[in-house]
Amino acid sequence: MSIYVLLKQVPGTSDVKMDEETGTMIRTEHKNVINPLDENALSEAIRIKGAKPEVKVTAISMGPPHAQKALREAIALGADEAVLMSHRGFSGSDTLATSKALAKALMTLAGGRLGKDDLVLCGERATDGETGQVGPMVSAILDVPVVTYVRKIVLKDHYIEAERVVEEGLELIRTSLPAVVTVVKDINQPGFPTLSGKLRAKSKEIPILTPLDLGLSQEDVGLQGSPTRVVKVFRPRLSRDTIMQKQDSSCVAVDSLMSFLEERGII
Amino acid sequence: MALTYRGVMVIGEQRGGELHPVTYELLARGRVLADKLSEELSCVVLGHEIERFAEGIIQRGADIVYIVDNPALRHFLPRPYAAALTRLAKEAKPEIILAAATTQGRTIMPLIAARLDTGLTADCTGLDIDPLDRLLLQTRPAIGGNVMATIKTPTSRPQMATVRPKSAKPNSADKTREGLVVLKTYEDNIFATCEELIDFVKDTTQDVNVQDADIVVAGGKGLKTRDNFRMIEELASLLGAAVGASRDVVDLGWVGYPHQIGLSGKTVSPKLYIAIGLSGSVQHLAGMQTSETVVAINKDEDAQIFKVADFGIVGDLFDVVPELTEKLKEKKNGECVRKG
Repeated sequence: MSIYVLLKQVPGTSDVKMDEETGTMIRTEHKNVINPLDENALSEAIRIKGAKPEVKVTAISMGPPHAQKALREAIALGADEAVLMSHRGFSGSDTLATSKALAKALMTLAGGRLGKDDLVLCGERATDGETGQVGPMVSAILDVPVVTYVRKIVLKDHYIEAERVVEEGLELIRTSLPAVVTVVKDINQPGFPTLSGKLRAKSKEIPILTPLDLGLSQEDVGLQGSPTRVVKVFRPRLSRDTIMQKQDSSCVAVDSLMSFLEERGII
Repeated sequence: MALTYRGVMVIGEQRGGELHPVTYELLARGRVLADKLSEELSCVVLGHEIERFAEGIIQRGADIVYIVDNPALRHFLPRPYAAALTRLAKEAKPEIILAAATTQGRTIMPLIAARLDTGLTADCTGLDIDPLDRLLLQTRPAIGGNVMATIKTPTSRPQMATVRPKSAKPNSADKTREGLVVLKTYEDNIFATCEELIDFVKDTTQDVNVQDADIVVAGGKGLKTRDNFRMIEELASLLGAAVGASRDVVDLGWVGYPHQIGLSGKTVSPKLYIAIGLSGSVQHLAGMQTSETVVAINKDEDAQIFKVADFGIVGDLFDVVPELTEKLKEKKNGECVRKG
C-alpha cells in the first residue's frame, strides 16, 4: 500500500501584520511553511504507517526549487520518499493545470495507475490560494473516488470509512480504494520531526520532475495549460466609518449600541 | 466553439430531501447574469422525488428547471452527482455554471470542471458580465482576503464558479413567473459508484450553523476561560445567533472547529457580526469582513477588529457584555409584555 501526500509550500502566516494605511498584508519574515492542512494529511499518512509499517509514504509537491525545503520537512516528519515537480514551465498553473500535472505525477510514481490499496491525501485547501479544488480535480482526472472535508479515516481491507464534516453534521462515508481524501484540521494534531527523521532529511535525495519527465507538453502546463486568467487585482475597501465609544461607563456605550442596532433595524 | 454554448445554469442544492435556500441566492445571481446576456437561466436539482421543488425555483427566477431524479441521488455523493451533472452540461451546453461554495458545491464543481476540461473559480463574492466580450467576471478574495482578484475563463466552456453563500440576496417569489420543467431520467448505470453514505450524525452542539445565521456572536481569547465563554453563548442564544470563535479559542478547545471563523475556518457574512474580546488577526478578518454590520467590543483601542467595525466599544468586555445581555433581555421582555 502506498500513500501519496500532496503538499504545498505556502507563505507562513504567523508573522503577518496588516498595513494600517493600505490594508495589505506585510510579511515581517519571508518564511515558507508546509500548508497547515497538508501537514495534517502527512501526519495522517504517518499515523496509518505507524499501524501498518509496510505502507510507503511519498510526499509530492509542485513548486519552485525552494519547495524542496517543505519536502525535507516531510521526510523529517516521517515520509519515506519525496518528489518535487519543479520547472519554470509549471509556473502560472491554475488549479486545473496543477491537478493535471499532479495526477500525471501520481500515475508515473505508481507505475501507470494507482494500486488497489493506494490512498492520496491532501489538505482540504491551502492557506494561500484557498480554492480547495486540487484534491477533487486530481480524483476526477485519475477517475477514482474522492472524500472531502474528512476528520477521521479508518482503514479497512481495500476500502476506507471516513467521517466527513458538512454544514449540518457528520457523514460517515465508505469508499473503495484507491481514493483521494482531503482532510480538515480536526483530523489530528501534527507530530514533530524525529532525530532520525531529521538526519534522513539531510541526506535524502529528492528527485525533481519536469513536465517533460511526466510526458506533459508546454500546452498542458503553466499559463498555457490554464483555462482561467486573473485579469484584475484590486484592494477592497476595508475600513468602515466606525462609530467609537470610549466612555468609562459601559452603560452609556451599551445604550448607544442599542440605539445603533435599532436604527439599522437589526434588533 | 463558444457560440454553441448559451445561457446560465445554476446547480440547486438539496440537503436531506429539502431544497436549501442557498439555491435562491444562486438564482438571484444567475438571473442578473442571464439578463445581461439576454439568455435563459436554468437550474438543475438532483435527488429523489424532488419534483415539488420546481415551482419555487421558477418563482425565484429560473426559465428552465432540470430535475434529475434517481434513488442513487437521494444523498449527496460526489461520483453519481458529478456523472449526472457532467452529462447534463454536455447536453444543455450552458456558457456559465454556478454552484454554491458549500461542502457540496466545492466538492462537485472541481469534478465537473476537470471532466469538462474547463476553468473553475472558487468562492466568488462578485459576478458580472464584461460588456465588451460577454465573458463572466469572477471576483474573489485573494491572499488572505486583503486583495480581490477578478478572474476570467477566456476560451474554455462552460465558465464555472462557486459562489460564497450569503453573498447575494435571493429574489422574492414571483408567483406569476412561468418556466419549463424538464425531468431527466438517466440510465442507472451512470450512477454506479463504490462510495456509500452509511450514516449521518446531525451536529447537535450547533443550534444555528454559522454560515446560515443572520447574526453571529464571536468570542476571542479576551474571554480568558471556557467558563467565561458562556457569556458569548448566552448572548448568542438571546439574539437567535450562531456562536463564532477565533482560532485561538478553538485551539484551546472552548468550542469546536465548526465555530471557527477565518481563513482556516468558515467565512461568514451575516447581517450582524459581534466580535467580543477578539483582536482581529488578518486571518480572522478575512472570514468576516464582508458582514453587513460589524460590532466590536475590545479593551485595546488599537485592535485590528475596530478597522472593520461599524460600531466599536473600547472597554472591558466583562462590564460591557453583561450590560448588553441585560438590556437585550429587558427589550425582549418589554416586547412580550406589550404583545401580551
